[in-house]
Amino acid sequence: MTGLLPRRGLAQILALIVILAVDRVVSPQFFDLRLQDGRLFGSLVDVLNRGTPVALLSLGMVLVIATRGIDLSVGAVMAISGAIAASLADTHSLAVVLAAALGAGLICGLWNGFLVAVLGMQPIVATLILMVAGRGVAQLITEGRIVTFSSPDLVWLGNGSILGLPVPVAIALGMLILTGAVVRGSALGLLIEATGGNARASELAGVGTRAMILAVYVWCGVCAALAGVIAAADIMGADANNAGLWLELDAILAVVIGGTSLFGGRFSLVLAVLGALIIQTMNTGILLSGYPPEFNLLVKAVVVLAVLLLQSPKLSGFAGVVTRLRGTKA
Amino acid sequence: MKGLPPVLITAIVLVAGFALCAVQFPNIASTRVVGNLLTDNAFLGIVATGMTFVVISGGIDLSVGSVIGFTTVFVALAIERWGMPPLVAFVAILALSAAFGAAMGAVIHVFDLPPFIVTLAGMFLARGASFLLSTESVPITAPIYSTVSDFALRLPGGGRLTAVAIIMLAIVIGGALLLQLTRFGANVYALGGSRATASLMGVAVGRMTVKIYMLSSLLAGIAGIVFSFYTSAGYSLSAVGVELDTIAAVVIGGTLLTGGQGSAIGTFLGVLIQGMIQTYINFDGTLSSWWTKIATGVLLFAFIALQQGLVALARRPVAKRAGAVS
Repeated sequence: MTGLLPRRGLAQILALIVILAVDRVVSPQFFDLRLQDGRLFGSLVDVLNRGTPVALLSLGMVLVIATRGIDLSVGAVMAISGAIAASLADTHSLAVVLAAALGAGLICGLWNGFLVAVLGMQPIVATLILMVAGRGVAQLITEGRIVTFSSPDLVWLGNGSILGLPVPVAIALGMLILTGAVVRGSALGLLIEATGGNARASELAGVGTRAMILAVYVWCGVCAALAGVIAAADIMGADANNAGLWLELDAILAVVIGGTSLFGGRFSLVLAVLGALIIQTMNTGILLSGYPPEFNLLVKAVVVLAVLLLQSPKLSGFAGVVTRLRGTKA
Repeated sequence: MKGLPPVLITAIVLVAGFALCAVQFPNIASTRVVGNLLTDNAFLGIVATGMTFVVISGGIDLSVGSVIGFTTVFVALAIERWGMPPLVAFVAILALSAAFGAAMGAVIHVFDLPPFIVTLAGMFLARGASFLLSTESVPITAPIYSTVSDFALRLPGGGRLTAVAIIMLAIVIGGALLLQLTRFGANVYALGGSRATASLMGVAVGRMTVKIYMLSSLLAGIAGIVFSFYTSAGYSLSAVGVELDTIAAVVIGGTLLTGGQGSAIGTFLGVLIQGMIQTYINFDGTLSSWWTKIATGVLLFAFIALQQGLVALARRPVAKRAGAVS
């Protein structure tokens, strides 16, 4: 593959262009943009807007996966932070609401990080606990109801616009720049990759691997909490049962499509977000094409398999498969 | 007997929990409630038995819930719309789900991919396929369904041991025997202990991987049929999230998620513990069903922490001995 693709990320960009082209065929007005009331409207903006929660999740997830971990609890954390934000929105100021919701995400991340880094649990297992229990906690906060609110400040977070862009998109862009500046502007990104590449060797070389692992889970929790607040603001309410349901899988998928190896050791923030956009462009395309939305799952399954096979460590090209299959047959 | 202590602890938790429930609600300690507990959790017990094999071998199967959902839809459509005799439909779906599991196992082995992500793709695939078949709930009216759901062994005290509960118990016992007494079972443990060592000792790793995932999907298919007996309908959204309940039951049952240790009986006890929590919440009436999730999460944490502690304890003397030698 490397021979065909001179630069990392070309495959993802090509995939996005192809899917966009298909969407254009399916829906001729796909690229139409118009400015109304100081805000851009159109299918493209819609893709960005709807893709925001998964893009935010993938920002945290990509760092976790870079350390050879995985965080299954992000959907549950979204439900918790959304529930907190919705419960507080009408009685407290936006600052308090945000602090409480993001604080909850931080605590969830600390818990996951503690289990993985300090107790040494397998990441899948450690985060499974919060995935199972977290939705129960969210139900506890909403008392089993769907909590609605009308606080204009919080609603603005989900539906407002800055410089023509929807606020969620602006927030996701800001988080991408912030995360990128922190991990790539310093040695942090390299240290995270070192931890994922070989935790023991990094430890011996003086990398604080425990602190690294703890930090990435905390960041993942905060990103998930932010995604939860935006999702709640978008629908002006919190549904503990369905908020962020299965989004952990989309986030992992986005990271994998972005070329980050599940075996850790290298990552790309921009490509992970691109992966989230690819998923959302597919979703929107399927919706516009009039196929039932259930078709989504099948398409996703095929995409996951295709990406996995391309990433497979045993596979350096299609020729590899052929020889291997021949080998096993003979 | 390695792996016995965690199973014992699970058994103690089950007995103590049941005793606590019985003290608070004396009616719980009746064959009627226990019979219902077995019936309600029959499909979970079956699918968890298959998951035990996968987890002991060091893998994970996230697709089981979707396979159950697909099975219920397929069976319902085959019997009601396509006019297949029920038994033919059962054989067809079991062959299909076994082939599905075998395909996942083959992909995992041939391309050396993490089971987690391959079975995740399988989960999307099976759920998507069941949506394509039908998004509506299809009721099943075939006479065999009422025969099976009416069949039950009377227990002393008015309880009923239903057909689906009997199927589940048979599969749990069969699974335990397969795991403990056969070469296949020994190979499953060997794979989970160390894939490389198992391979060097002559275990056909590829073939075993395919067989293990085939078994898991086959049992998920059986669980799907049992689920359709239980609800008398096929619905593409049925058994969403069951993979998590299943993994939780396996872990609570004392199976090590890193593989190499565990037992089918422990998993069965784990299923019963989850069922017991649900029953308690039903009896209480004031607690919402989401307390089940929190309680399951707490139990999961307790058991994993316990395993972690046991593993650390088991390693310590080895390290000391190694130190003494050098």
